[in-house]
Amino acid sequence: MAEIEISCVEVWREISNYLEQDVSPELRARLEAHLKVCTHCSAVLDGMRNVVGLVADGRVIQMPEGFGKRLYKKIEELP
Amino acid sequence: MPQPPTAGGEAELIRRVCGGEREAFCELVHPYERMVYVTAISVLKNPADAEDVAQEAMLKAFTKLASFRGESRFSTWLIQITYNEAKMKLRRGRPNLFESIDDPKEGQDGDYWPRDFADWRPIPSDTLERDEERRALENAIDSLQPAYREVLVLRDVQGFSIEETSTVLGVSKPTVKTRLLRARLMLRDTLAPGLDGSWSRRQNYRKVRPW
Repeated sequence: MAEIEISCVEVWREISNYLEQDVSPELRARLEAHLKVCTHCSAVLDGMRNVVGLVADGRVIQMPEGFGKRLYKKIEELP
Repeated sequence: MPQPPTAGGEAELIRRVCGGEREAFCELVHPYERMVYVTAISVLKNPADAEDVAQEAMLKAFTKLASFRGESRFSTWLIQITYNEAKMKLRRGRPNLFESIDDPKEGQDGDYWPRDFADWRPIPSDTLERDEERRALENAIDSLQPAYREVLVLRDVQGFSIEETSTVLGVSKPTVKTRLLRARLMLRDTLAPGLDGSWSRRQNYRKVRPW
């Protein structure tokens, strides 16, 4: 049976939940059927996946050096 | 990155700190230093303010540790303290602003639709070795409105669950999901198709709208 069609706007609304694997199996199947044929939506998904992967990289937002040392000195100095 | 001790190991460290062993506190929070700092900078944007708040939050956690009841994970508790300290600092810096005018109320985030349909090629993992690209990404995160930046930093930069993110920020899970969607779409539009266009495979999809 063919999946009930879903519009681009509906796909965008769910695309982040889809990445989180937080959609029902039925919705997932409809999204995937759409993504298979819609280059725009699959470009949005690929881009979002890339962005999420990039920001999760530990090199983004670096700690100032010596943070721990300064902290432990303060803890020692507490009355 | 240092690995946090197991929950049991953490409970033991907490017991030792409460028993007067200050050194055990260092061991307890060492794995969370970056998490605390990143949370602070996600609210304050400025590295010097973020360091101040991160340090204050750690000291507060130390003095309040006996009140930690283990109802949430220690990391969630610590990040909640940090987030609240950062918000307080922000308000102190702008005393006439009770709430950021940029911040949407819950349930009023509105829709945001993608603007760029460039086809992205997979981004090589060494991309962020380059300072320039890393800074572009950090600037893009900074450019998000606070409500979206905070959700993205907790969930995507730090890997908190939707539920933990909702606890820390004090907003519902559906609100976290809506804001996360919007944050991710906006960040994607800001970055696409890369600094020099090198992240996109086919230019002809740019600026094309499917409706």
